[in-house]
Amino acid sequence: MTALADIAAAPLLAVEGLTVRYGDRIGCADVSLDLAPGEVLGVVGESGSGKTTMLNAVAGRLPVAEGRLSYEGRDLRAMAEPERRRLMRTDWAFVHQHARDGLRMGVSAGGNVGERLMEGGARHYGNIRRAALDWLARVEIDPARIDDRPTQFSGGMQQRLQIARALVTEPRIVLMDEPTGGLDVSVQARLLDLMRGLVREMGLAAIVVTHDIGVVRLLADRLMVMKDGRVVETGLTDQVLDDPQHGYTQLLTSSVLSA
Amino acid sequence: MSAAIEVRGLSKAFVLHNQGAARINVLERADLTVAPGECIALTGSSGSGKSTLLRMLAGNYLGLDGSIRIAGTEIVGAPPRTVSGLRRSTLGHVSQFLRVVPRVPARDVVAEPLRMQGADPAEARATAEAMLARLNLPERLWGLSPTTFSGGEQQRVNVARGFVHRYRVLLLDEPTASLDPVNRDVVLSLIEEAKARGAAVVGIFHDAEARARVCDREVDVSAMTP
Repeated sequence: MTALADIAAAPLLAVEGLTVRYGDRIGCADVSLDLAPGEVLGVVGESGSGKTTMLNAVAGRLPVAEGRLSYEGRDLRAMAEPERRRLMRTDWAFVHQHARDGLRMGVSAGGNVGERLMEGGARHYGNIRRAALDWLARVEIDPARIDDRPTQFSGGMQQRLQIARALVTEPRIVLMDEPTGGLDVSVQARLLDLMRGLVREMGLAAIVVTHDIGVVRLLADRLMVMKDGRVVETGLTDQVLDDPQHGYTQLLTSSVLSA
Repeated sequence: MSAAIEVRGLSKAFVLHNQGAARINVLERADLTVAPGECIALTGSSGSGKSTLLRMLAGNYLGLDGSIRIAGTEIVGAPPRTVSGLRRSTLGHVSQFLRVVPRVPARDVVAEPLRMQGADPAEARATAEAMLARLNLPERLWGLSPTTFSGGEQQRVNVARGFVHRYRVLLLDEPTASLDPVNRDVVLSLIEEAKARGAAVVGIFHDAEARARVCDREVDVSAMTP
């Protein structure tokens, strides 16, 4: 018999020995991680460290050469494609660095949010519009702009709209690739505040890939440092940043200009 | 009664990989026992390793050799979730720095440890406000982000966050620094109350009078330095 506590303690997502190759070249090698509900894992490293490759492979957006991926104990690589796609639509969400990659620019803000619900099977127009309005408010977009297109929004608003679109289906796992990249510092702060609140309220688990040490310090419970496709160090975020063990992490943390 | 903090044979060195792998030995075979209800002051000259030891007790610096037990749980070599679990329930830490997400109001920053315990949001907020009031933080600041506060105001937010939940172990890094006499007295009373309910307290206090009032023992960290 399985105790309830064991189920609660079991990771939502477990990755073991994940390797991705681009031809002869290694995209990422032997990456292992696990993620529990309500937990945020930060992944840092320079461009080319393999962090985005790892994220895309976990999301099923890149072919995996080796390794195990399991979600709620189910083997994702063995799962039939339609089932996996359905899971990605209902239980998972991806937030892209560039909002335009995660939004449909020709569709209204409300449509962008509502569309995801319709993909999940929602049909009642009134309910969909209400949910869209609710989510626009949660990401602090004026509901009066529900019929505007994302092209009429600022970069920060587009990013918040992308987050609303990603979260409206109430996913359990969110994968974020540089979610605050290219945004003003004040807009970043607003997004961080928003994401932290959502993680706690919804019990979301998230992987946040970024090169911004300040962002992970405030957002991530645990941290993973990657270099040349490999994980060089992991631990509690503040421990890794304040007492880095690996030479590369020491270089990374000592290069930060503190505000 | 079993110890709240038990340190045995603890060593710590920093290896600076980008500076010729220079090795700085900070602690060697350090031992320390703190009983529930006891407050000890870490003393020793600047650079003697007081902060390093305190940060190791908090799980902020890694202990590489030896043992640190917090309320019976080993943290040297423990998985990160063991340490974060301890911090959530048992281990409070008032550092000298306030690191918060900008835009989060002071009252929510202080309520956070209670929210992490699953407390009702309104109740957590009320308890947080009572703590801020006790530390004489003007009510008009409660709804503002502490990132814009003065040093003394930030310090009080930090202290409030450390005392709002009844942690069994409290680590305090200069909790009375940059406070006026009235608020310094409030902080010392908070420490006395925490001791009275059985919390073990380890602190660094440059303020000798404060040390004399709340600490039962002084531990000279210089003696633990190689």
